This record gives sequence, structure tokens and C-alpha cells, in this order.
Amino acid sequence: MYVPSPIEIPIAHEFDIVSARQKGRELAASMGFSSTDQTLLATAISEVARNIVNYAGTGELVLCDVEEKGRRGVMIVARDRGPGIADTELAMRDGYSTGNSLGVGLPGARRLVDDFQLSSTPGVGTIVTLKKWLR
Amino acid sequence: MAVPILKQGDVLIASIQAALSDRDLLQLRDDLAQRVGNLRCRGVIIDLTALDVLDSYATRMIRGIVYTAKLRGAETIVVGIQPDVAFSMVQLGLSLDGIATALDLEEGLALLAQEKGVRALPD
Repeated sequence: MYVPSPIEIPIAHEFDIVSARQKGRELAASMGFSSTDQTLLATAISEVARNIVNYAGTGELVLCDVEEKGRRGVMIVARDRGPGIADTELAMRDGYSTGNSLGVGLPGARRLVDDFQLSSTPGVGTIVTLKKWLR
Repeated sequence: MAVPILKQGDVLIASIQAALSDRDLLQLRDDLAQRVGNLRCRGVIIDLTALDVLDSYATRMIRGIVYTAKLRGAETIVVGIQPDVAFSMVQLGLSLDGIATALDLEEGLALLAQEKGVRALPD
């Protein structure tokens, strides 16, 4: 099945998290990702989408097919105009949370993908970019 | 969609469906805590076979459900975690430390019977 990309998914409610990860899985499956990699991607999407709901309230996810240096993969961009993260290094530490959570969301999502970038400006918003390559 | 809870002998069986919302998990925790008392069940099985993603939030909720049931006097076995889901949880750094797990419903019921003496069917 061919899944056209980019796919833009508004995130405003917990139900959006479920639909975002389902769409991510469909895109990854259509590109030939293994079932394990589809699950890792869907879980990473779940974590970054949940961060939007919990900390920013609303935002969006963009899922797309990317090619870079002869490799093909999926890119996930999660962006919001929420309060931002004052200390991104601290936010990437396992077990650190300003909310009532396990503090594994961002550091955990990094371990599920091949490429992870976090950029945040307090008062402006946060952008998390994840990439996972086909192997 | 609410999680159906079935009673079999002294055991409550909750079979979680795919695409579980946060609200469904909270509802399941409350329903199980109530029914363990109302139906006087000492064993609970949470079947995650149909779940294709278990993120950090859902894991924390499952732990909460198991501890809540324990405080109400029931032992819970979590069953049916799929291979990809297990691998993903390990990568994410999640664990279900201190929580009994089994391969599937059958193994979970056997474990409850052997270890806890809680039976789904009368002898």
C-alpha cells in the first residue's frame, strides 16, 4: 500500500497520540520497515506526541519519507508553541521530569531512532526531529 | 473503548484491545479495584496481546493498576506482551519490575493457580 507523505497530524488531545502512531506505523510499513522497526517508530511517535499534549497542550506532528546520503527513512517532526524547555540537556537525562511522569519520554525516544534533534526556545516552543533509516 | 473484564472462578480477566486511550486505562484501574472487592476475586490477569505499542505513560498506568489491585488483596499477572513491544520497552528503558508476567492467558492462569493458589475454575 502506498502512503503519500508528508502527513500532517494536529495534536491536541490524547486520542491524537493513538492516531499519530497508527499513521506512523502505516507509513513505515509502506516503505518496507520491519515489524520491529515499525513498533520502535510508533513508540517514539507516542512519546513525542504525548510531550506535546502534556506540556504544550497543542502542536503538530509531520511524518515524511526522507532520503539522505543514499539512505531512505522516515522523519518525524514534532513541533509546538508551548512553554519550551529551559534546559534541554537536563530534559534529555533519564528519569528527569517536570511533570508527573517517568522521565523516559525524550531520552527513551532518542534510543528508539537513529537520529534525534531537540531544539527549544523558552516562551516560543519546541521542535523535536527524529529519523529512522531503512536497513 | 472500555476494557471488558470477565470473571472466571476467582480470577478477573481484562483483555486490553489495540489503540487504548488514556481514559480507558484509568477506567480499567477503577473498574478492577471495584470488582476485586465486589466479586471477591484474588487473582487478576491483564492481557496485552492485542496491544501494538506500550509507551511510558501506558507502562506507568499498568503498574498503577497492578499495585492498586494488590492493595485490594488481588495478585495480578500481566500476559501477552508481544516480542516487538517487549524489545521496544527495553530500548525505551521501561520495566515492569516486581510485576509477574507470563507468556499468554493460559500460562498466566497456570501461574496464578500454582504460585498463589487462585483458580479460574473449581477443581
